[in-house]
Amino acid sequence: MKWGVVTFPGSLDDGDALYALRDVLGEEAVRLWHKEERLQGVECVLLPGGFSYGDYLRCGAIARFSPIMQSIARFAADGGLVIGTCNGFQILCEAHLLPGALTRNETLSFVCERVVVRVENADTPFTRAAEPGELLHLPIKHGEGRYVAPEDEIRQMEERGQVLLRYVDASGAETRAANPNGSLRGIAGVANQTFNVFGLMPHPEHAVEKSLVGGDDGLKLFRSVIESAR
Amino acid sequence: MRIKVFVKPRAGILDPQGRATEGALKSLGFGGVKSVHIGRYIELELDASSVAAAEAAARKMCEQLLANPLIEDYRFEIEGA
Repeated sequence: MKWGVVTFPGSLDDGDALYALRDVLGEEAVRLWHKEERLQGVECVLLPGGFSYGDYLRCGAIARFSPIMQSIARFAADGGLVIGTCNGFQILCEAHLLPGALTRNETLSFVCERVVVRVENADTPFTRAAEPGELLHLPIKHGEGRYVAPEDEIRQMEERGQVLLRYVDASGAETRAANPNGSLRGIAGVANQTFNVFGLMPHPEHAVEKSLVGGDDGLKLFRSVIESAR
Repeated sequence: MRIKVFVKPRAGILDPQGRATEGALKSLGFGGVKSVHIGRYIELELDASSVAAAEAAARKMCEQLLANPLIEDYRFEIEGA
């Protein structure tokens, strides 16, 4: 399938995302510059991590107004698949394509480590290659990843299955210690109500080769999308 | 006209910066400190035909960009009207 990876000024992980898609997965993937409006016929858009526009004002707040984001909003409204990792997740929240917001980590520290996330809903285009409840080992690296949303909204999201990934410990249990940033209910990744937009703080694009950084669980998420497009 | 915008974390939203600063103030001996919240101050100059027009513009700016109403409260003052 054809992927588009957006590059904003300050994006960092666009190169790794393209590498994961093209070199590891053998997919067709194009770079989408933030000032463009054309999505070049891609079937899935990926918003990478980084510090778009320096993260001035709030993470993702300025990137949301890029020309490409207007096209992506229309693409998502038409059912197109969109994934945002880390800064991409923050942008999708600021653009109201996903519910909630990402705030400063509870500890105030930048966290850079490997975490375990549990697949809470495997019946989505982004998670179908995983088993329900499967544990994925993925890296995180962020200072503002604490997911928040109004309590009643979170309750509804849980009921609808919009929480796709949750931080857990190595045994799969939700513990305070396993939550790296203080996210409400340990939420690591969420989808919109129509399950075609997905945001997550972990970086699947950094976990695509077993020999390199100790895991390739990120491939499960990309393969899910590829399966969905078939 | 000059618009002064004050943005702060909404009540009930965890404010770890405020909490850390509160702890620091207490450890300095300011035992009376009950809470600290850290926000953002934005000052801008605006050409507007009237105070009402400036107010309307400022409100839109806050709602659309300067604050995230989900996690932040804002207020603004208009000077030089």
